[in-house]
Parts: sequence; structure tokens; C-alpha cells
Amino acid sequence: MVSLKQLFSSSLGRKYLMGASGLALVIFIILHLLGNLTLYAGHGEPMNTYSARLHSLGMGLIIAEVGLLLTFVIHIIAAIQVTMTSKNARPIGYASTETKGGPTKNTMTSRNMIVTGLVLLLFLIVHLKQMRFGPNVADGYTASLEGVMVHDIYRVVVETFQDIKWVIFYSASMFFLGFHFRHGFWSAFQSLGAINPRWSKPIYAMGLIIALLLTAGFFFMPIYIYATQGGAS
Amino acid sequence: MQTTHVTTAKTMIVRLKIWRQDSPKDAGRFEEYTMDNVLIDMSFLEMLDELNEKLLKEGKRPVEFESDCREGICGTCSLMISGQAHGPIRGATTCQLYMRSFKSGELITIEPWRARAFPVLRDLVTDRRAFDRIQMAGGYTGAKTGPHADANAMLVPKDLSDRAMDAAACIGCGACVAACPNASASLFTSAKITQLALLPQGHPDRKRRALRMVAQMDKEGFGSCSNLQECEAACPKRISIQNIAIMKQEYLKAAISADYREGLGDADA
Repeated sequence: MVSLKQLFSSSLGRKYLMGASGLALVIFIILHLLGNLTLYAGHGEPMNTYSARLHSLGMGLIIAEVGLLLTFVIHIIAAIQVTMTSKNARPIGYASTETKGGPTKNTMTSRNMIVTGLVLLLFLIVHLKQMRFGPNVADGYTASLEGVMVHDIYRVVVETFQDIKWVIFYSASMFFLGFHFRHGFWSAFQSLGAINPRWSKPIYAMGLIIALLLTAGFFFMPIYIYATQGGAS
Repeated sequence: MQTTHVTTAKTMIVRLKIWRQDSPKDAGRFEEYTMDNVLIDMSFLEMLDELNEKLLKEGKRPVEFESDCREGICGTCSLMISGQAHGPIRGATTCQLYMRSFKSGELITIEPWRARAFPVLRDLVTDRRAFDRIQMAGGYTGAKTGPHADANAMLVPKDLSDRAMDAAACIGCGACVAACPNASASLFTSAKITQLALLPQGHPDRKRRALRMVAQMDKEGFGSCSNLQECEAACPKRISIQNIAIMKQEYLKAAISADYREGLGDADA
């Protein structure tokens, strides 16, 4: 037994945090995608209903949001520590390096998780500012659902994607999400030691499938809105 | 009657770009050398021996590099050859590499292992005692004194002994650290931990071993594993990163176990 401080400041401890928080975020993003699919149904009512139901959870939603924020913070802090340790471990680099192939997962994307991660962090900040902390009921963004006044989140989404610049920003960011998941999903299991030779390949393949589905799922949303409601104001 | 064997030995031109560094504090630089008439069936280290003969004849300081057994089992030779640890052949050490793996006239870059924990002593020679210190932190088993037990008194399942043997194939050359983009020593440390964790003889010290060896690995200044598996690709003994997963399990189990308290010594198992 060691102290928690000792555990989580060890190189392995940080990887447990990275892996566990990463998997929690995968689950969140899958749920987020499923929720967002309400965009495609009808003209706002399904999405506003979904949003209103989430908000009806009251305290439960706040607890979930704080938990989610903490998960992101843990993931980001652990990532920065891991990256700094590794940068520090090789002060003088090689003239050139070449992968030896075989079982390696050493690719441009797997080597640059910190880069795709930082792009996603930038995306997250913009996204939260526009959607979570964007125009609200007080700004007149209201809709009526069966006579009840609710926040018209659908209008926020539609107005954001009237602008081609945001369509490009959102859709392009999703490629980084895909690259991050491609290595991250499998990597989380390996970091937690929750893998064996028989699972390794299927889990790595599953990472690709999840990366493709999530990227495709989110990628088309801004484009769909722009294409179908581009002219409306 | 005298028989003569006429062999038309194939030769090649070798262009080398080698890291030269006079001392640990020297900044170091690359120097280029060209050798004509290198036999293609010469080993890579024999080619370097020839280069050094040539340099000595010219009154220059030879290129320092390490080698010992020259049959791939000691883990002493350690060269980064054109960006690959131990050169382009998988599952082989530098001493098992032959010049026929290169094209005539191809520029071959030779560098030492690069890691903060493996400081360069001179030219291509690095100080790899960090590995010894990790090993000394717990990579051993306790042995009882007194009369010898019967050799086969302790039963070990065949599949476990095979897996332990796979991990024990590690020769501690450091190619895993050299090839890892993060200069992590996870493959080495995990091979040493796994090898003993799988066998009953290693069980009494199991938790202490995992905690201490990982702590020492971190202390030496190695990087953090990001699961790129380049170490496994570069390992001359093809040690699997499955060992790293086992190390993660061993460390976590030891870290949360109440049976063993670091510092107090002998409450184990």
C-alpha cells in the first residue's frame, strides 16, 4: 500500500488516471452524439425536449456536469504531466528516427496525442461558450413545448451554423476527435492493464470503429444544418 | 597438390555519419567517413572494427562503441542505426546485423541511445547503469539459507513458465528506451517484474518488487509510456508489451494492498 499522492504521482498512476478518465469521456461523447441525433428529427422540438428533460434533472444535472468537468481536468492535467516527463526524458534527440514496423502503433497520430488533445481543448472551450453558456432564456431564446416555455437550444445551434466559418471549425475539429480516439481507446485499456493478447487486436479494431462512427456522426451535423437551414435567418 | 580457393568476394562502399563526442560534457558532433571494399558478409561491428583500424593507422582517435559476446545474448552492443535501434532487422541485436542489409553507397547514420537516463560517455558509448539500479531495486527473489530443496519440489505450470521465460529473454540492451519516442523504460522494467511475478519463487517479494522497481524507474528520469508499441518492434528479443499491461496490474495491486507497507519491510504476499 502506498499513499494516494505517491500512487498518482508515479508514471503508472498518471496513466491509470489518463485511461480511466479517457474511457469515461468516451462514454460521455457517445451519449452526447446520441442526444444530438435529435437535430435530424423535426425542426427543433425533439432537441428542445431532450434539452428540457436534461435540465429537469436539476441538481442531478449539475452534479453530472461538475463530474464531467473534473474528468476533463484530470485527463488534461495527467496528459500534460505525462508529456512533460517524456519531453524531459530525451533532451537531445536523434538526427532521424524510423519505426521498425511489425507490431508498432507508432504513427503520426499516436505520437501526437497532446497536439490533437490541445486542439480538442480549444474546441471544447469555444463549444461550451457558444452552446452551454450561449444565448439563454433571458436573451429571448425560448420555445414553447406543449404550452411550457423552455430554452430554445435548437435556435442557438441553427444560428451558429448559419456561419460557414463555424461549420468548418466544428466539422474540422471532429477529425482531431477521430485521431485522438483512434489511439486513445485501445491505449486506455493498455494503460489500465485491462488487456491480454487475445483482446488486444479486437479492442484496437473497436477503437477504429468508434473513432469513425463518432467523427462521422458529429461531422455531418453542422453541414446538415447549414445545408437545410443555411438561407434562413 | 595445392588447392586454391578462389572466391570473388562481393564488396561495397560504406558511407558513415557517426556521432563523435569526446566526453560526457562535450557537445558532440557528427563526422563522416567513407570505406571502400567492405565485404558484404561482414558484420556491422566488424565493419566498425575495420573503420577503427583505419583511423588508428591515420593516427586518429577510434570510434568508441560497446560490444561483448557478438552473438546476440549479452545486450552490450547498442547502436541507433539510421534511426532504428539495432538497425533495420527485427529481432536482432547490432552484432547480428550484416552489411548485406545495406545498399552500397547508402549513407548510414550511427548514434548512441538517446535518453537523459543513459548519458553519453564517449562517442557511441552510454552509461546504462540506470537499468542496473532498477534491477537492484527489486528484480530478484529472496532465497532461504539451509539445505537445498529438491529441484522439482515446486510445481510450475508449463504455460506460466513459458511466459516467464519469454519475459526473461530480455537482455537489458536498452533498445526499448532508445526506440521509444518518450524514452520510457516500461518494457525493460515490466519484463523484469513479470518474469518473477509469474513464478512461485517470485511471489513472496511480489508487491515490494513492483512498487520499488517502478519508483526507481521514475527516479532515473525515463519518460512515460504512451502505448506506441515501438519498444516491442525494436526489441531484439521481441518482448511483448503484454508485460507492460501485467506491470500495470502488479503495481496497482501492490499500491492498494493493505498487506504490504513500504518502508516497514517484511509484511508480504
